[in-house]
Amino acid sequence: MTTRAALPVRARPLARLRDPAWYQEYGVYVAVAAVLLFNALFTEHFLTAGNLRTQLVQVAPVVIVALGMALVIGTEGVDLSVGSTMALATALLPLYLGYGLLPALAVALLAGAVVGAVNGTLVSVVGLQPIVATLALFVGGRGLALVMADGRLKQIVNPGLLSLGTGSFLGIPLVVLIAAVLSVAVTLLVRRTTFGRQIVAVGGNRSAAVLAGLPVRRVLIGVYVICGVLAALAGVLATARLTASDPSSLGTLMELSAITAVVVGGTPLDGGSVRVLGTVAGALLMQLLRATLVKHDLPDSTAQIAQAAIIIAAVYVARERRSR
Amino acid sequence: MAPSEAVPHAPAQGRTARPEGVTAPPTGDAVLEARSVSKRFPGVVALDDVSFALRAGETHALVGENGAGKSTLIKTLTGVHRPDGGELRLAGRPVSFARPAEAQRAGISTIHQEVNLVPLMSVARNVFLGREPRNRLGLIDFARMHRETTELLDGFGLRVDPRKPLHTLGIGTRQMVALARAVSVDAQVVIMDEPTSSLEPREVETLFRVIGSLRGQGVAVLYVSHRMDELYRICDRVTVLRDGRHIHTGDLAGLARTRLVSMMLGRDLSEARRTGPTGLGGAEHHTARTPVLTATGLDRRHQLHDVSLSLYGGEVLGLGGLLGSGRSETAKALAGVLGLDSGDITVGGRKLRRTGPAGAIRAGISLLPEDRKAEGIVPGLSVRENIVLAAMPRLSRFGVVSRRKQDRVVDIFMRRLRIKAASPEQKVGELSGGNQQKVLLARWLCLEPKVLLLDEPTRGIDVGAKAEVQGLIDELAREGLAVLLISSDIEELIEGADRIVVLRGGSVAGELAGDTVTESHLLDVLADHSPVPAGTDPAAQEDPR
Amino acid sequence: MNETTPAAVAQAPAPSGEGAPRPAAGSGAARRLAGLLQRQGVLAVLLTVVIVASFVYPTFATLDNARGVTVQASFLAVVALGMTLVVISGGIDLSVGSVFALGGVLAAWASQWGLLPALLVPLAVCGAIGLLNGFLIARAGMAPFIVTLATLLAARGMLLAFTDEGATTYLVPKGSAFAELGQGSVGGFGHPVLVALALFGAGGLLLQRTSFGQTLFAVGGSSDAATLMGLPVARTKLLVYTLSGLLAGLAGALNAARLSSGVTIVGVGMELDAISAVVIGGTLLVGGAGSVGGTLWGVLLLAVIQNLINQIGSLNSSYQSVVSGGFLIVVVVAQRFLARGRRTT
Repeated sequence: MTTRAALPVRARPLARLRDPAWYQEYGVYVAVAAVLLFNALFTEHFLTAGNLRTQLVQVAPVVIVALGMALVIGTEGVDLSVGSTMALATALLPLYLGYGLLPALAVALLAGAVVGAVNGTLVSVVGLQPIVATLALFVGGRGLALVMADGRLKQIVNPGLLSLGTGSFLGIPLVVLIAAVLSVAVTLLVRRTTFGRQIVAVGGNRSAAVLAGLPVRRVLIGVYVICGVLAALAGVLATARLTASDPSSLGTLMELSAITAVVVGGTPLDGGSVRVLGTVAGALLMQLLRATLVKHDLPDSTAQIAQAAIIIAAVYVARERRSR
Repeated sequence: MAPSEAVPHAPAQGRTARPEGVTAPPTGDAVLEARSVSKRFPGVVALDDVSFALRAGETHALVGENGAGKSTLIKTLTGVHRPDGGELRLAGRPVSFARPAEAQRAGISTIHQEVNLVPLMSVARNVFLGREPRNRLGLIDFARMHRETTELLDGFGLRVDPRKPLHTLGIGTRQMVALARAVSVDAQVVIMDEPTSSLEPREVETLFRVIGSLRGQGVAVLYVSHRMDELYRICDRVTVLRDGRHIHTGDLAGLARTRLVSMMLGRDLSEARRTGPTGLGGAEHHTARTPVLTATGLDRRHQLHDVSLSLYGGEVLGLGGLLGSGRSETAKALAGVLGLDSGDITVGGRKLRRTGPAGAIRAGISLLPEDRKAEGIVPGLSVRENIVLAAMPRLSRFGVVSRRKQDRVVDIFMRRLRIKAASPEQKVGELSGGNQQKVLLARWLCLEPKVLLLDEPTRGIDVGAKAEVQGLIDELAREGLAVLLISSDIEELIEGADRIVVLRGGSVAGELAGDTVTESHLLDVLADHSPVPAGTDPAAQEDPR
Repeated sequence: MNETTPAAVAQAPAPSGEGAPRPAAGSGAARRLAGLLQRQGVLAVLLTVVIVASFVYPTFATLDNARGVTVQASFLAVVALGMTLVVISGGIDLSVGSVFALGGVLAAWASQWGLLPALLVPLAVCGAIGLLNGFLIARAGMAPFIVTLATLLAARGMLLAFTDEGATTYLVPKGSAFAELGQGSVGGFGHPVLVALALFGAGGLLLQRTSFGQTLFAVGGSSDAATLMGLPVARTKLLVYTLSGLLAGLAGALNAARLSSGVTIVGVGMELDAISAVVIGGTLLVGGAGSVGGTLWGVLLLAVIQNLINQIGSLNSSYQSVVSGGFLIVVVVAQRFLARGRRTT
């Protein structure tokens, strides 16, 4: 039995550039840095506080949803229902704002938890593939939201809720602050808690996790519940920023953006690893890329094609690594 | 090479001891021949310079324990793997198969170990997949397909509706369908990998009849099985593989069963010389009076029949048996991983309720599984995290992992087991097999179990690590732990175990204790597989008719 | 012995009652009923809904309404046909909605040169996208889900690039042969309906009566077994994604012909409607079993529900997706329980 090199390529700095693992590990940060550098050199008024602030505010909901998605993908799953969950949250808000801000928030987040619990149960107890299990609520969730909202867009006037969207603390927009705090919280959850490590173990080797007596079902349901709650929160924040509840369009294609952020951030689709910081960077990269192209009068179409190319590249790199 | 002292029944060890030309068939006779074939996988040499030939019209047994290289050899012959060295010859001409399809077109059919058919498709579609009969319009002619399938299966004495989806049939019937597919392509060579492992006696008879008719047609059959009585009944010659090397080829008639078994299990002499004796003490351990674990009447259809055993604190109980005898299944049943149809397991006087692995772990049973990669390590996690995986709840407060407690435990076990890693934070997937195994041992030991079940703890790890693991097993038993040891390494079992329970065909075939724990006794129990009369087979008795 | 993974632990081998014919036991009858439900359940539901609705809503059971519903359903049906084949092979194609829209725009643009270009241009481009999907999945070994997610974005991007970010709308010349293809009818039923029916007929033959179809089932049912049997697994996957792209492009072209223009905003979320129809039609999402007929009924059921909700009038049209979502859950959970215990251990 030959022993594999105890330490992977570390010796020669140039050698690592040919190692796919290196790209999976650090590629996304390099790309973010490169985009920022490019803009610093070639784009006017890009690296201004105002612009950066706008970019961060825009990316915050994606980051929040992507955090939950990263956990789900870490268990070798996927959650297609996040966009619909956002719609459910936004539809519920105006219905319960009459009872006050906190009850309305609680109901919205609870809806996210319920969606997550249903998804998690379908995946872990019934044993459905995650894509199938979450597809049902993807289809039905938004419909339910529209039914509850009577298909109408409603203006939000509650000052408390609106301040969530527009307010800031120490000059940092609240939305961004919440996303940042959650990123740290999820990082800690993954790295420092029993639950977090069990997520990674369940995703990395389900059989081994069962043999080690881990509560596999509980872990899976928990992960989908967290993902649902985070999506609902993102829905609340997006509603606050829009100053309106619009269940027909809020969060459409969010599942794609979130999955993209996670994948580009270097989290492998076959589970066993959750890269929280990478996910945040992945979301940021996509946002910055789009903004850069817009600033250079390159249209949305180019951004989408570029996005597609980046996804393929990210997955290809991850695949190369696995097959070694 | 000198006659072996370690394995008295096997004077002919290794290739060089066998006079060339006596057992190797004349090349002209050979339908399919492998010449010095080698195959390496990352970290493993699966086949090392293996040569053998299959003659037309013969039924040739291929035997060897797990990891001997049988599956790799079959896959090399059938185009699933390409050999790294050596060549294949079909009817005397060199061939090379890039894909299974090419081997099949050349007339080599295979029935793989797990029935490789498509369960959701009908019997007829499975038989004719990839070569469906067409009508004049170029569309599949189902009437003809069903008719031919029925005729084919009739020839096997099997009446099945060819339209039935395969998954609605029993495993035995599926095996027959696989056989029908294999022979219906006018094969020159049919390779059968454990064809009888899930057949009822009646079905085995049918299979043998089919093999007989193949022989009559001049088809060469390569027959892989661990059932001695079957081999002796239907095979003409036998080839033994061990650790990826060719050990023996010769006529089966006149070859003593014990000799065959010892060739399958025996340790290579040169290796024994180099490494010295095993790390196991071989001495008697001080055994407690009352058993820590008792299992009575464990039953699981097709796998275990009325297996009972007791395990005492401070002893190493060996669980012997050839591949497929139910060794791993017994261990998995004890650890709550494998469900049972009936049977009781008691630990420390308390009956174990069937709550799965978590319940067994709580009761103090730990299982080191046989398949390290698939069921053991979580490759993306660090050495530290793999060690504490099962113990995590005990090392955390309010769900937050206590790094300090963890580091202490990890440090203790990395030292004690001498786990060689760059740091506890290194990913376990980057370690050698031996160190991965030690990490898994640490995972179970840090739970402070009462009973430790070890399924092939030293397979596939290097010699040094092997001795260390064996030493550790000895030490653990001395400390009072009850250890169940499963091993295909006969020397390891003899030296390591105080008692040995031998399984055969899913039931207990005998128990060796005290002076009878010797190699010759073990080989006798292992090899003496008296044919089971069809009427007395437990599986057959379940059938009301 | 080493394949007893914990996942497979709970399943004991099914009791074997074969070899000699045996009178159908209770479990056998139940199993047969379950199988029948899975294959024909959607048709039964569809018929029930149609019959009940005909009595309750006089405006439902009219020829005009039937014409409208079938034309509406025909585009999704063509897309779902390709999806059925992909799903049977064990894959998924998320790009079809974007490809559908792209096909429509390309067809409208090319229709200025006549019928043939209006069909060939979208087929060529959309087929190429399907081929790319197939290549990345079959040859590069990437996950179908993520590959087709990327091409979903890419196709939408190409569409926007081609239409000056959606600012340009290409119109189909009035009275042209291409417009007639979308708007004309034979015997009261629109051309798209007839095209869809013809394609389903061909799809059914392809699936049930050719080696390619059998290989699809084998690849989806057990990819390893298919490889060991020497079937052309990679080529089959490559082909099936190409077919899916072609069908989505063709559906888009037909839709453009009917609308007389290449509308850029169509097809968003269509992939999921198609998957829903496929699943409701009894095709297993894990692959290996399914039928194009079931998909046809699934598409019609979705269309009828939509139509009924419109008929009721007082109901919010969003009920349609609630009902589809509900159906989906019921169907997949039922499938799962039907499939339990009958797969090989």
